[in-house]
Amino acid sequence: MSKTTRVLPGFGLSLGVTLTWLSLIVLLPLSSVFLKASDLSLAEFWKVVSAPRVVASYKLSFGMSLAAAAINAVFGMMLAWCLVRYRFFGKRLVDALIDLPFALPTAVAGIALTALYAKNGWIGQYLALFDIQVAFKPLGVLVALVFIGLPFVVRTVQPVLEDLDIEHEEAAASLGVGRWRTFRHVILPVLLPALLTGFTLAFARAVGEYGSVIFIAGNIPMVSEIVPLMIITKLEQYDYPGATAVAEVMLLISFALLFLINGLQAWTARRTGRDR
Amino acid sequence: MSIQVRNIAKRFGSFTALDGVTLDFPSGELVALLGPSGCGKTTLLRIIAGLEKADGGQVLLEGEDASSRHVRERQVGFVFQHYALFRHMTVFDNVAFGMRMKPRAQRPTARQIREKVHSLLELVQLDWLADRFPSQLSGGQRQRIALARALAVEPRVLLLDEPFGALDAKVRKELRRWLRRLHDELHITSIFVTHDQEEALEVADRVVLMNRGRVEQVGAPEEVYRQPATPFVYSFLGAVNLFHGRVDSEGVRVGDDLLPRAAQEGGLAEGAQVLAFARPHELDIIADGGGESGMAAKVCRALSFGATTRIELEGSDGQHFEVELTRERAEALDLAAGQAVRLVPSNLRIFEYEEGAGI
Repeated sequence: MSKTTRVLPGFGLSLGVTLTWLSLIVLLPLSSVFLKASDLSLAEFWKVVSAPRVVASYKLSFGMSLAAAAINAVFGMMLAWCLVRYRFFGKRLVDALIDLPFALPTAVAGIALTALYAKNGWIGQYLALFDIQVAFKPLGVLVALVFIGLPFVVRTVQPVLEDLDIEHEEAAASLGVGRWRTFRHVILPVLLPALLTGFTLAFARAVGEYGSVIFIAGNIPMVSEIVPLMIITKLEQYDYPGATAVAEVMLLISFALLFLINGLQAWTARRTGRDR
Repeated sequence: MSIQVRNIAKRFGSFTALDGVTLDFPSGELVALLGPSGCGKTTLLRIIAGLEKADGGQVLLEGEDASSRHVRERQVGFVFQHYALFRHMTVFDNVAFGMRMKPRAQRPTARQIREKVHSLLELVQLDWLADRFPSQLSGGQRQRIALARALAVEPRVLLLDEPFGALDAKVRKELRRWLRRLHDELHITSIFVTHDQEEALEVADRVVLMNRGRVEQVGAPEEVYRQPATPFVYSFLGAVNLFHGRVDSEGVRVGDDLLPRAAQEGGLAEGAQVLAFARPHELDIIADGGGESGMAAKVCRALSFGATTRIELEGSDGQHFEVELTRERAEALDLAAGQAVRLVPSNLRIFEYEEGAGI
């Protein structure tokens, strides 16, 4: 690294600052979690994290977060597509609306969604006719997570789409290639890295989400309790080691998943010749 | 395959891109659509390809109305100015793409595809680049790959939109010659769009000159150069000196000066307003003897680095003139900057003046 001449010098300094900052902001709080949890013996630790109620919450949190991120990937991409490719009345307004889930206090979102989807709510009363219940069920968790994760996919895919020349689609069409195949083989591969980034961000946000979910989930043990709620519950019972133990496992799973997705992303970038 | 366009019209908002264009492109020819930017040539090409829809008129492919057919079904190869190569695919995959995407029943086997791609890459002389990505190629190489990709699906016509527009001068010249050779080999009906008159005249069998959404002239390169049909064509094809004047019995009167009339132009009434053109090599310089024959001008500078000497002059009203002389003639004249001289045309092409003729 020191051999190559750079226009902007300072590799040593900037790396030092980066690592120090990362340690202060991210690693220090996280390591305190691990430290606190080490109050427990291994057997106690295992007992806490393998309790059926805790395991159920892990399944719900990670399962619904993945599902919500996947839904957002599909519809976020469509939204981004419309915003980039078409001109329509109120486009700027729609564009601004997309960021709203970022800005809205999550509790407000949660209460609003609950009011909508409750059995007597605007949407809930009609869904009830089909025996579909959203609020106070796992499905409600999904709705809340989809809501808060939407901006991530739109905002990561949008710039890449803007960059994508319409000539590529025209070239494919002139070669006699149909619409679906053009999308699948010409557009999607170019979007995939950005789409994965958006998916990852939406997923990470969903895993950590608390405010909006607890209002709509109903928090029924074994059915609609999310991991952050489990942690809070334990904290309220002054069970600090137990809370940190649950948090620790959550951290490890999250880290493993994020690491996996990032690896996938690097792989797609390499495979499509962009890693140069 | 022959192509005909009948009365094609196209507007973008209030801008008329094409205004009733009718043209025939015979089978097997290489035709250039030539004109300044905004003249509608690219729009016409895109309408022929089916990438754009005309507001009126018909596109006939092999005598068959294709106006309502989608670009996918027209079997046209299209080459874009900025190549439009798929950047996430290797050169090989780019060329193979069209074949691989065919419906299963028509799709060649993997082996046939491989052979075809390699033969096409040999045709464009880039077989050794098969595993590279487009970002690793030069502009000229990219454009040749784009051409190979278009040819891979065996199109009935080849349409090229400013194919060399994004390349530097030297590569342009090379590719021009190469395209001509390629066409002589393949004999596929081809249309290419360009704003470079030298490119059009050098490469094409026939040149279509366009201006403001209309066709000005169609003909062989030599024909349009030697017998330009309109003032626009004359001034677009090469350097010109332009004189605004009025016809009288002795020639063309420009202000106080008289350009002696070369006998060729008949049928213009005395007193008619005209535009007179002379190419730089069709003007001679004589020392100013005080008479009124020839256009009065002042020498600005002489450039003598080629086979000929180019002399830049300024008329009395600040108009710019350019004269090309043989080196011997220039040396004999021994011109100095600021010297007053007169310009005498050996050939003068006269058009009746029309308002808004696009000059």
